Amino acid sequence: MSRVRVLVGTRKGAFILTSDGKRQNWDVAGPFFTGWEVYHLKGSPTDPDRIYASQTSGWFGQVIQRSSDGGKTWDTPGGGMTTNPQGMPQGESNKFLYDTSPETGKPLTTHQFYDGTQRPWEFKRVWHLEPSLDDPNTVYAGIEDAALFKSTDGAASWKELSGLRGHGTGPQWQPGAGGMCLHTIILDPKNPGRIYTAISAAGAFRSDDAGATWKPINRGLRSQYIPDPNAEVGHCVHRIAMHPSRPNTLFMQKHWDVLRTDDAGENWHEVSGNLPTDFGFVVDVHAHEPETVYVLPIQSDSHHYVADGKLRVYRSRTGGNEWEALTKGLPQKDCYVNVLRDAMCVDSLDSCGVYFGTTGGQVYVSPDAGDSWTAIVHDFPAVLSVEVQTLA
Amino acid sequence: MTVRVTIPPNLRDLARTPAEISVDVAGEATQRSVLDALEARYPMLKGTIRDHVTQVRRPFVRFFACGEDFSHESPDAPLPASVAAGTEPFLVVGAIAGG
Repeated sequence: MSRVRVLVGTRKGAFILTSDGKRQNWDVAGPFFTGWEVYHLKGSPTDPDRIYASQTSGWFGQVIQRSSDGGKTWDTPGGGMTTNPQGMPQGESNKFLYDTSPETGKPLTTHQFYDGTQRPWEFKRVWHLEPSLDDPNTVYAGIEDAALFKSTDGAASWKELSGLRGHGTGPQWQPGAGGMCLHTIILDPKNPGRIYTAISAAGAFRSDDAGATWKPINRGLRSQYIPDPNAEVGHCVHRIAMHPSRPNTLFMQKHWDVLRTDDAGENWHEVSGNLPTDFGFVVDVHAHEPETVYVLPIQSDSHHYVADGKLRVYRSRTGGNEWEALTKGLPQKDCYVNVLRDAMCVDSLDSCGVYFGTTGGQVYVSPDAGDSWTAIVHDFPAVLSVEVQTLA
Repeated sequence: MTVRVTIPPNLRDLARTPAEISVDVAGEATQRSVLDALEARYPMLKGTIRDHVTQVRRPFVRFFACGEDFSHESPDAPLPASVAAGTEPFLVVGAIAGG
């Protein structure tokens, strides 16, 4: 019988929740990496026991953890008692150095800061880890300050895909309230060279040559909080989601507005429709229905909690515009939590499961595509990310 | 010489060590030589105490020994003789910050 493994990153460590296909009874393992912020964990699609985790701290910086047994044990790749050919110990798994090589001509040196001045790029943390679709040792990392890195040795060492920062608009990028982070990485399953990324606050970008060169894909985005609402870059994209069977269709939760594209990002149009508010962070797509989309509206950018004290997921079965509130099992009064951008996911069981985690420490599951919800846990630290693995 | 180094709980978890570690230091005992020895033995600590490239102390990390703060001293300045002799530990401390 199929089962699921839910990987939860929180402000104070990581947890792994497991259940059978009914998704009613759960085992909780952890905390792992206690006391550290775990921005994201994600498993390899080709080797589910290979899981990567981003462990970070304002005091001690960045650590990358790796498991090869489904999260039972972890190590820091390259950080053990191994040596390189010169006999010196390695410790490169947390070393994210921006590309300044002569070959790439120091692609960029500055970006825009909050006060409008130009600042140099400075590594702060890894927001998102995206394992390759076909090689468990290849993984991408989205970092703050915004850049895309790639490892081909199981996260032991990293190299920047500097064409993203170097394509030309980099000096116009600026931090969102949460920092200038590359938080979304989507690999196209039908076109191996195609990668989508999203950056707050710069926008969405696409590469068609495996990350060598990039272009902004923000036509149709309209953001009233920037001087030119229709600018090529500067938009605070919060999340993008794709259904693997239809990779040219993407759904976006922007700072305000929910949008979709059907031409791989060349043109976007708003599908917020009847949502009570179209501010939010998460967006995801049903595993088997490419036109069924989930968002979780947040009252506003100044409140950062759900509207009216009610925790409501909204589902559209029409690819946007027409949304229904999903509330069964969710608190409908006195609830003031947020759901952050990496904290919603879907499994691929026959009855699609939907999951999300809150800043109040709850992780919710719906085993019936959103019709009803239960809390797997109530009292975790603030949840930063939720990913699910569907296991045979 | 053998120098005793105490590291904070988060780094103990990362390196899977007790609070106090003894490291063999070549030459004079300085912040740099002690941290070089520590990172050579525990490579996973690279980048967590000092920047990978610049080797500058991370902002919220402090170095204490013998009741004094050595955080702002030159990384190549000699540490107290009692640290070099192993009678006093070199303390790597996570600064109090936040609420």
